[in-house]
Amino acid sequence: MSRPMQFDRVPLSARIGMAIILAYVAAALFGPFLAPYGQTEVAGDQWTPLFWSQPGSDGDVFFLLGTDHLGRDLLTRLLYGARNSIGIALVTTLLAFAAGVGIGLLAATKQGVVDQIASRSIDVLMAFPSLIFALMILAVLGSSIPVLIVVIALLNMASVFRITRALAMDLEAQDFVDVAKLRGESALWIMRRELLPNAMVPLAAEFGLRFCFVLLFIASLSFIGLGIQPPMADWGSMVRENASAISFGVFTPLIPAAAIAGLTIGVNLVIDWLTNSRSVGNEA
Amino acid sequence: MRHEKMDPSCGEAVLDIAGLNVRARSGNHWHPIVSDVSLTLRRGEILGLVGESGSGKTTIGLASLGFARTGCAFAGGEVRFKGQDLLRMAPAARRALRGDRIAYVAQSAAISFNPARTLMEQVIESVVDRGTKSRAEARADARALFRLLHLPDPDRIGDRYPHELSGGQLQRVMAAMAMLPRPDLVIFDEPTTALDVTTQVEVLSVVRELVARFGTAAIYISHDLAVVAQLAHRIMVLRHGRLVEEGETRKMLAEPQEPYTRSLWAIRTFAKDSLPASDVLLEVNGVSASYGSLKALDNVSLTLQRGRTVAVVGESGSGKSTLARVVTGLLRANGGEIRFSGETLAASAKSRTKLQLQRLQIIHQSADASLNPLHKVREVIGRPLEFFFGLTGAQRERRIVEILEQVELGAEHLDRLPSEMSGGQKQRVCIGRALAAEPALMICDEATSALDQLVQEGILKLLTRLQQEQQISYLFITHDIATVRAIADRIVVMHRGRVVQEGPKDEVLAPPYPPYTKLLLSSVPEMDPDWLDRLLASRKQAVSDKAVS
Repeated sequence: MSRPMQFDRVPLSARIGMAIILAYVAAALFGPFLAPYGQTEVAGDQWTPLFWSQPGSDGDVFFLLGTDHLGRDLLTRLLYGARNSIGIALVTTLLAFAAGVGIGLLAATKQGVVDQIASRSIDVLMAFPSLIFALMILAVLGSSIPVLIVVIALLNMASVFRITRALAMDLEAQDFVDVAKLRGESALWIMRRELLPNAMVPLAAEFGLRFCFVLLFIASLSFIGLGIQPPMADWGSMVRENASAISFGVFTPLIPAAAIAGLTIGVNLVIDWLTNSRSVGNEA
Repeated sequence: MRHEKMDPSCGEAVLDIAGLNVRARSGNHWHPIVSDVSLTLRRGEILGLVGESGSGKTTIGLASLGFARTGCAFAGGEVRFKGQDLLRMAPAARRALRGDRIAYVAQSAAISFNPARTLMEQVIESVVDRGTKSRAEARADARALFRLLHLPDPDRIGDRYPHELSGGQLQRVMAAMAMLPRPDLVIFDEPTTALDVTTQVEVLSVVRELVARFGTAAIYISHDLAVVAQLAHRIMVLRHGRLVEEGETRKMLAEPQEPYTRSLWAIRTFAKDSLPASDVLLEVNGVSASYGSLKALDNVSLTLQRGRTVAVVGESGSGKSTLARVVTGLLRANGGEIRFSGETLAASAKSRTKLQLQRLQIIHQSADASLNPLHKVREVIGRPLEFFFGLTGAQRERRIVEILEQVELGAEHLDRLPSEMSGGQKQRVCIGRALAAEPALMICDEATSALDQLVQEGILKLLTRLQQEQQISYLFITHDIATVRAIADRIVVMHRGRVVQEGPKDEVLAPPYPPYTKLLLSSVPEMDPDWLDRLLASRKQAVSDKAVS
């Protein structure tokens, strides 16, 4: 990519997206230092509203975003949760992409038997409804973070494989790949130098989407109690823990839900810009 | 019957374009793509727009519909259609004119039709939707037009789907669709460019007939002057979005005023002399190949000598590109043998030796498709140097520049991406990549077909020079007879996967011809406004002779 990045040509929507992502990354990196209370510390009453202060053991205590069902500070939990939710989702997505892209490119380059074996195995994997599959594995192996990461990565790898294979198959039919083959280049070289760079933009877009799906999937697993286990903070489980507050007219559970939504929107704003700017650049 | 080119100069003006400017955006700035072009078109008149790609001819054609493509905008001037300025009209009013009073026939009919619906539904759709005609009337009229356009089985052809027709037939159906509302103005945008020469003739004669019959005004856009000369009353030559020269067809052909126009006329004068025989480099013996059950090559044999050129000619579907795929080893032959420098080549490129791969290089038709859009020139040419000869660092860099100079480019192109070069430059880079491997044989698969005429000539000269300097053999695959005349020593004519004629250039291109060669050669348009008339007359004569005997 030779075109220099010029920040003044980045559209407003993408800048907003970048700002959102930066804020989340900062929260994930420095959350524990910024958090006013401990992750599991019970500091106040149950489900206090926003901007709530109440007398504590030594002076008044203040809760910017209120407290949760056990009286823990919601802002603190949210900051700790950023690290868990984003970190796990990111590792999982990266793992899914490493495997999916690798196998997808290999299937497109080798074709024939290799492609058949890879594609049919992925078909089997995709035949299971993903939530049921995850529930089954987590029920058998128990819910620990490594198991969670591997299982969700495996499930997402299937669709990453599909997309990569389709993209690479199109590229593989191009004359420049024929030229490389006729030169006697190895499959690995063709995958790395000819196919992957040209598939990068759609894959980056897919990465953004996948990341959001994974984040939501972990959240929903946590919501049904099979994801990240208490007392560790995680946005999905925070929604679940506080869900019953809705019936009392307290909107505490909406705050972690908004945290999930915000990140999803931020990532998508940036991804939209990336895909658009690249396609315009190719036209010129 | 001779076609009369009537004098339309007294008819009413249908289209009047004055001082048209169109600009296009790249990044943040605008640059002009059409500058100050004016034209007037009267009822019954055909105006030919001629120019290379990028000359703005399609932009002007679309402007006649009051339309600018995405990324383009009108920047001044008027486009008056029967007195109304299309550029300053309410969008709804403009839309009402399009496809009704003004029709457009696109280059590729094959991709312009919806494959999931029958032709009749698509042909009558706009007329019926507008309520100009009832469904039954429209159908009857469409059938009449199909008959007029010499489509086979005109009463039932409308019930077929696009994939069931040939490219030439689809192009005629599209012409019927355009004529159905009896428009005042039709724009034909390279309607025959994607067709074989043999099919092109039928479409040309039909276009001319339609315009004459309905007194429609027409703009005919093409890069091929010989084609335009058959139809147009007047010709406008465009370059870089500006008018170079305009004039009445015969006058312009006889005495072009501008140097650029003259260069377009003179283009196909380049021809190299046939060289004497030399030792055999490539031998193809009785090769057959198929795609699934479809037989693409049937017992094809040819020989190619060192430092010589064999041209393989034929229309699309004749198997000539399949032959290239088989020789390179991208497609396995079902039978037969290919010998290269005295060794038998394995059927698949994977099983060939590195030396064999190195000595046999290919140049594709589309430089765009054969260059990785993300690789710079340095990498494109440097990779074979590194791969075959282990060159690295400064040595490699020196050799890349040397090769660039051989293909008449320079060191300033080293860091260019394909998107930053013109079509001709890209094809030169492809040739450079092949040269880097120091090949004995280059297969040129329609290597010049996608290029403008002037650029084509440059590439052909380059290839000829390289052949003299490095004793490279070319297997030159093309459908273009002019290219064959320019470059070949021997010619192989292919038709439906078989070789129908083979021999030295001077023998094949001189009578007596076998029937297919005759058809192919006679279909190549000549720079003579009467060529089509003569051709149609002689074919009609041949048919009636046959009927009598």
